[in-house]
Amino acid sequence: MVIDTSKYRIIIGLEVHVQVKTDSKIFCGCSTAFGAEPNSHTCPKCTGMPGALPVLNKKVVEYAIKTAISTGCRIAPSSIFARKNYFYPDLPKNYQISQYEQPLAENGFVEINVEGVKKKIELIRIHLEEDAGKLIHVTGEGSLVDFNRTGTPLMEIVTTPCITSSLEAYEYLVTLKRILRYIGVSECDMEKGSLRCDANISIKPQGEPGLGVKTEVKNMNSFKGIQRALDYEAGRQMEVLEEGGKILQDTRLWDEKSGRTVSMRSKEEAHDYRYFPEPDLVPVIISADWINEVRSTMPELPHARYCRFMTEYGLSDYDAGVLTAEKEIADYYENCLLLGKTGKEEKERCKMVANWVMGDLLRHLNEENKTINDSPVSPEMLVSMIGFMDKGTISGKIAKEVFSQMYDSGDSPAVIIKEKNLVQVSDESEIVRIVEEMINENKDIVKRYRTGEEKVFGFLVGQLMKKSKGKVNPAIANKILLEKLQK
Amino acid sequence: MTAHELIKKIKNREMSSEEITVSILNRIKETGGNINAFVTVMGELAVKQAKEVDSKIKEGKPVGMLAGIPILIKDNINIKGTRTTCSSKILNDFVSPYDATVVKKIRSADAIFIGKSNMDEFAMGSSTETSHFSVTKNPWDIARIPGGSSGGSAAAVAAGQAVLSIGSDTGGSIRQPASLCGVVGLKPTYGRVSRYGLVAFASSLDQIGPITKDTTDAALLMNVISGYDDNDSTSVNLPVPDYTKALINNVRNIKIGIPKEYFSQGLDNDVKTAVMEAVKLLKSMGAQVKELSLPHTEYAVAAYYIIAPSEASSNLARYDGVKYGYRANEEGEGVSLIDVYERTRGEGFGQEVKRRIMLGTYSLSSGYYDAYYLKAQKVRTLIKQDFDKAFGEVDVIITPTAPTTAFKIGEKTEDPLKMYLSDIYTISANLAGIPGISIPCGFDKEGLPIGLQLLAKPFGEETIFRTAYSYEQNTGWHLKEPKL
Repeated sequence: MVIDTSKYRIIIGLEVHVQVKTDSKIFCGCSTAFGAEPNSHTCPKCTGMPGALPVLNKKVVEYAIKTAISTGCRIAPSSIFARKNYFYPDLPKNYQISQYEQPLAENGFVEINVEGVKKKIELIRIHLEEDAGKLIHVTGEGSLVDFNRTGTPLMEIVTTPCITSSLEAYEYLVTLKRILRYIGVSECDMEKGSLRCDANISIKPQGEPGLGVKTEVKNMNSFKGIQRALDYEAGRQMEVLEEGGKILQDTRLWDEKSGRTVSMRSKEEAHDYRYFPEPDLVPVIISADWINEVRSTMPELPHARYCRFMTEYGLSDYDAGVLTAEKEIADYYENCLLLGKTGKEEKERCKMVANWVMGDLLRHLNEENKTINDSPVSPEMLVSMIGFMDKGTISGKIAKEVFSQMYDSGDSPAVIIKEKNLVQVSDESEIVRIVEEMINENKDIVKRYRTGEEKVFGFLVGQLMKKSKGKVNPAIANKILLEKLQK
Repeated sequence: MTAHELIKKIKNREMSSEEITVSILNRIKETGGNINAFVTVMGELAVKQAKEVDSKIKEGKPVGMLAGIPILIKDNINIKGTRTTCSSKILNDFVSPYDATVVKKIRSADAIFIGKSNMDEFAMGSSTETSHFSVTKNPWDIARIPGGSSGGSAAAVAAGQAVLSIGSDTGGSIRQPASLCGVVGLKPTYGRVSRYGLVAFASSLDQIGPITKDTTDAALLMNVISGYDDNDSTSVNLPVPDYTKALINNVRNIKIGIPKEYFSQGLDNDVKTAVMEAVKLLKSMGAQVKELSLPHTEYAVAAYYIIAPSEASSNLARYDGVKYGYRANEEGEGVSLIDVYERTRGEGFGQEVKRRIMLGTYSLSSGYYDAYYLKAQKVRTLIKQDFDKAFGEVDVIITPTAPTTAFKIGEKTEDPLKMYLSDIYTISANLAGIPGISIPCGFDKEGLPIGLQLLAKPFGEETIFRTAYSYEQNTGWHLKEPKL
């Protein structure tokens, strides 16, 4: 059932955990590299050996500072770690080192744009903690534990319950991911587990202030999945209320297959984590100097870059949006602009390069599920090709073919144009010859044109292109064709 | 013989490390069963190490500060490849996969590891009676306890079964057994010695320290084990002085404070007398003595018995049979994960450990945290402030180490609270993070050793050594040995 938003308003808060992509774990020097043999990236510290002690990896703090800066958070000059105590086989010490009362950062925001409307999603806090291991259940035998993942640094980012629709939730996640990838702090890939998200959702009749009874929704593994789960849960809660029932505060698992949330209540008891300050670690002191030092190493943030692309390059908001969606694409684009000074009008050049990147390049890459970092066409190659177009060596149409060839072979445009003999024919006398030949071969159609059927012009152009294998300079060819047809 | 005497003899090749080590091992074989100080005797390995040191010396190669000296390590400190049991069933078969930092340092100093010593289980106790391997006996009277939790270490040194030893002290576990066994035991300033590799009991209170025959040996050992460690974030990055340079026989103008709260009820008469005699002697040697007050002393035991069990309840959570150590039987219909946890920990831990885990879990739980753990930490700050103020007026504070001499085995086991009060004079130093030493200062009517405690401000070990050494050199208590 879909919620009726004229009757109810939705209240959503999101809790996101991202894996911080440092080379080493947060409290020991073990590697965080994914996919290694089970229990090969471990040491006494991350396996909870008797007598082992945690040592904070400063790089993780640096990445958290970057995140806090890019979300406008207040960074605590002193923050402390705390133990979250509970028993589970994937938690070697049976406590997780996390942060509780004095988190690293508080009170920031992420600005999103939902169907043209801007909104600031408020962040309550950002804090650091360590990840647990992986349990693999083997039917009939029991469970196996892999501690490679224990101690992987996590950043927990918590919003206020200010999100009012599943679409806002989706946009928030997309924007957050973009920011975190821009600053190089996390891959934010839900499929690989470097981003996890739990949602808290409640509903209230329109007009009534405050929060409703919330349920926690877990087990989503894509941003769209989260959107669907929230839609479902909002609808479910409405149905309960409409039937006169009460919402039970509950933890529910999203089942992607059936498209429903299922209560976990039988499993979950209220956990008392007995938080207390971690006595093995000293407070994390973050000075203004350190913050400034980190700030100076940060790249331009996505929103700022998007705005600059519009003002500096005259791009439309759609184009700027596509080009800045990922830092690597924006970098590629700007590298192209830096390389190719073709003497063309600035804005025209910017638009042309944009079209090639957004169009042909991204399309090819997407088809092969490649990222722009894997592009066989480098900025140098693309700019070189555009250069040939500007000089008139090839037409726009031929350029498309050159591009495909470049992409498939990795050869430079110069080589391809030469080998495939794609140089555009711009020599007027040559074109005249081809036009006259074509006219001779299509006397009937030409007659029809000359008797007033203008629409067959397109066909004749097509024939011309076919005859010349598309190599005639279209502008010149058109002019000459028209001339010859007038006769 | 003391380590400092033996080191000279070994260097001069008057004696070999091998002969010393073999002699000690023989002594352990002959008299070891009498006092049960050892969990593991590292006989073969020790002889091998000793031979290597002797070779190095013969070849004129450089050797470490403790070259050839047999040392006994408390069984809650990891030596790679040895059992580290913490005198508990739950770690009975646990073999250390790594060396503690202090062990690395001692190894570099070329000392000879002769074994792991018996202790109260997980360091929780004041008599070594909670050990899974049964109690260690006091060599001065084998019907009595040696103190705890480093009872094995203290007893072995007193009985000549080790030249040097290392213990750990959370509420008095080095000082109190040293006192009861008539040897020297030092708890360094919190953060002076790395805790990496020490099985944690109470993280904010634990420290590793030397248990030795005299103050010179303790200073030597402190030189070796002290220092900042990257692996221990609570260790302090301050240079380590040469503690042997502080062994000066001169207490002129040292200001000594006597806290009146440490000399009231519960203190045995013989102990009181011995301590006052010691103070008198120091005064006659030129020290200035004044009475002072540490007003929050009466809350120390209560605060400790909230803070230590709380941290312990979390530190001991890792012993669940999943990764290492004892795992209970998993057989049976419908046995769940919780069942295995409960069985393992129920069967693997002794009574006192379970008692403290329960206490600690309760104190940290929702609704009680503020009233107990948080409150106790606030009281702790007040206790520390008492000392800060006192050390603005005096250099050293002198107290008895323990309220009594060694009590009989079984005498206090029925009443945990009575047992807890054995720590009444030592506990505050752990709460405040200050250093403290116990040195022998006499015997009671039964011939049982009495200990004198000296406390100083943080990183004031040199003042402690100077005062303790002066007293020691002008008496002779440390030269007395029990007859086994």
